[in-house]
Amino acid sequence: MLEGRLRGGISTDTHLSFLGGGYWKHGIPALCDEIASRPELSLSVWGTPSSDHGRNQIWFEWASQLGALLDLDFVGLPVYSWGCAAGHALRMAARLTGRSVVVVPSNLDRERRLVIDTYCGYRELTGALTVREVAVDAATGTILPAALAEVLDDQVAAVYLETPNSWGVIETAMADLIAAAHQHGAEVIVGVDPISLGALASPASSGADILVGSLQPMGIPLYAGGGVGGFIASRDEERYARQFPTLQVSIAPTRVEGQHAFGLTLFEQSSYGSRELGNDWTGNSVYLWTVRNAVFLALLGPAGMRELAETVVANARQSARLIAELPGVSVRYADGIFKEFIVDFSATGKSVAEINAGLLERGILGGHDLSGTHDGLDGCALYCVTEGVTEDDIRELTAALKEVLA
Amino acid sequence: MTIRRYHSASWDEGVVYELGAAGRRGVVPPASWAPAADLPDGVRRAADADLPELAEYEVRRHYSHLAQQTLGMMGVSLFGTCTMKHNPTLNEQIVARPEVAGVHPRQDASTFPGLLGIVHDLEDELKNLSGMAAFSFQPGGGADAAYLHAVITRAYHASRGELAQRTQVVTTAQAHPCNPASAHAAGFEVITLPLEEDGYPSVEALKAVIGPQTAALMLNNPDDMGIYNPHIKEFIDAVHEVGALAFYDHANFNGVMTRLRARELGFDACMFMLHKTFGAPKGGNGPSVGAYGCSEELAPFLPGPRIVKNGDGYELIEPAQSVGRVREFFGNVQQLVKAYSWTRAMGTDGLREAADISVLANNYMEKRLLDIPGVTISFPGKAMPRLEMTRYSLGEWSADTGLSTLDVENRLPDFGIDAWWTSHEPWIVPEPFTPEAGEMWSKEDIDEWIDVVAHILEEGRTDPEIVRTAPHNQAVAQIDGSGLNDPDTWATTWAAYRRKHARP
Repeated sequence: MLEGRLRGGISTDTHLSFLGGGYWKHGIPALCDEIASRPELSLSVWGTPSSDHGRNQIWFEWASQLGALLDLDFVGLPVYSWGCAAGHALRMAARLTGRSVVVVPSNLDRERRLVIDTYCGYRELTGALTVREVAVDAATGTILPAALAEVLDDQVAAVYLETPNSWGVIETAMADLIAAAHQHGAEVIVGVDPISLGALASPASSGADILVGSLQPMGIPLYAGGGVGGFIASRDEERYARQFPTLQVSIAPTRVEGQHAFGLTLFEQSSYGSRELGNDWTGNSVYLWTVRNAVFLALLGPAGMRELAETVVANARQSARLIAELPGVSVRYADGIFKEFIVDFSATGKSVAEINAGLLERGILGGHDLSGTHDGLDGCALYCVTEGVTEDDIRELTAALKEVLA
Repeated sequence: MTIRRYHSASWDEGVVYELGAAGRRGVVPPASWAPAADLPDGVRRAADADLPELAEYEVRRHYSHLAQQTLGMMGVSLFGTCTMKHNPTLNEQIVARPEVAGVHPRQDASTFPGLLGIVHDLEDELKNLSGMAAFSFQPGGGADAAYLHAVITRAYHASRGELAQRTQVVTTAQAHPCNPASAHAAGFEVITLPLEEDGYPSVEALKAVIGPQTAALMLNNPDDMGIYNPHIKEFIDAVHEVGALAFYDHANFNGVMTRLRARELGFDACMFMLHKTFGAPKGGNGPSVGAYGCSEELAPFLPGPRIVKNGDGYELIEPAQSVGRVREFFGNVQQLVKAYSWTRAMGTDGLREAADISVLANNYMEKRLLDIPGVTISFPGKAMPRLEMTRYSLGEWSADTGLSTLDVENRLPDFGIDAWWTSHEPWIVPEPFTPEAGEMWSKEDIDEWIDVVAHILEEGRTDPEIVRTAPHNQAVAQIDGSGLNDPDTWATTWAAYRRKHARP
């Protein structure tokens, strides 16, 4: 019955897709499916080091491999999503600094921004945070240190940045931005695409304090948004560790010399341990996704992650150039992007909605409509190109666009 | 009784970083068809990430070994406060289809009406079961649904100009910790009602703390001990009289499915755990879903996107006074499909039968457990008969043996029985444990579980060391947790471990 209801549904598997915006179509190694489907793991309940040793080890290996990619060595177990991770991290910074203003980019993706706004609370209540925007430079698509300087003062608890940012552009002045925030005593939180970190420097190497991001691109299906999950990581410094709202798993000895087990650390600071006196709250989340991520990273390895990122950025930039050759169509910041880019159709006389309807008739899911999300984006769409998009696919897209725009 | 002889697989398995060798590859990504991108210094990573290097067969072998070294629900797991039950493989196969797994959340609603229709119809099922007017599936777990309630409470009182005055949320000592914690995270002051001699808070105690400053009441019923507060309607009436909202954390729904409806009790909102009660697997802590249902009055505040029927199709809307988001998009959609499939397969009669079986099983368990010397029930002779789960105490056994509920928790896996649930904080009874049978487990399973508990408690009297030093039949021995909270020794990553515990 359910199969019948689903039959004929369009997806990124049935259609060539250029949708992104924080939820990305990357290849999923078959082994991710096999291991995550094993009933020992998929049906695991709560478990202790004594009952679920293997699963706890997978949690630890997930944190270890993710931490290696991030250049950070303290990693909390997953939270619900990237947006939730950003929200928790901003609240960590507020507790760390005793300040109540947070700075976020003006072009932040709407879904994440709405989550962050929720986490920042209402001014009538205790602990509310005020969100202040830093403008994105229209010429480069990045945040300029001068723009950040304008919004920094000694009320700022944290600056939240993303790289690649919500327009797909790599923030090139990251070290200067981090230094400027630190000069004002603010914590720096950066949202990252873990796939990009195979080839791009982690912002932690430039001094970012807390990194957050999405688990989804590392071996997790899209599930109409049900594939999301978030991580929070910092340097292994007690000051930060004591503020994590998550559970954490640590390697530890056993009663037998030379053996390892894996147990929860800093449980008492969670809501399980201290109810409302704990850091925010935790609970059932998306822990099974650690299995998919751990298998994904172990399969790709250091060279595979580098090559994957290099393929993605090369495919995406070349796609951007080819799309920009279409009459009336331009692409913004094509030389500075990782895998997403803004395509400007405003000079074509057609709306993104009309164009996407035309593409859909030709078996293509066009990039998502950015009209109305930020000044200067009417008639623009965000396109995402990953390792699975071929040169033929781009030819198919440009041919279809020619027809639709004719 | 015969106790099963169990032993976990034990592979002496290293950490993934200790396996493989330099240069080995598992999956090689496709090469690009385009010229290499120019990544300037400062943007490019200085050195490859420090990841392990393994062939694909080694990765498969390693993670298969780790799965084998996980007991999970491969034996009997009567894990209270969660309701563990059968998770049909069929539902896993359905959600692996591209019409579920491959759908991008930003696709136009017209492109996946089948999936949206299933989610929409699940909402109808839950509306029927709760009497609520609308549901949001956005929360990523039960605790996130409690947080959503606190968030909606903020917006509701703010819309009436009363938020500055209504700064307190009232809960009970045996509400799940997520209720006080999420209310606090949303900015509210938390007032916790103590339990009185019958095992639940009194209406008088509630009335003494509520007033124009109260924003909401948030509680479980049955509570975390399995005790049902028979005065719940008076509680709800009292908070409504002062203008506050009442939220029902329905984590413990299993014993009352189809027997009561949250809205008819007077609650303004409720939460169901679809990853437990509604047959979707728990995954060792998610992906989970806290399905949040609310009254007509609160529905305009729900997060978007909401799925509404429009002719033959569906459209996505943002409610008029929406709080925005507590998480991106629609929630864990694949779990919603499984919950819908389970609910429809059960039907109303099936759900009622499941509730009745779970109450019967729990009371059968109580009869047998209380025959074991040293096991006592929380609030004996005071509270009503328990519904789907019960909190017990090993206080007497502990006084006799010097052992704790955590020692038993470590010994259970030696017989293929999942570690039991002790209690959320605070521990009201000494040395607690909280079993719950649910409707799935057979009488033989329940008997086996009780036989093992009886066996371990007897071991505690005759050979306490074997319990104290458990487990003995697992992949590794008992963890030495003495350094887990010490910054000089904890290590959540291999890099931190190598730095702090470098071997000579």
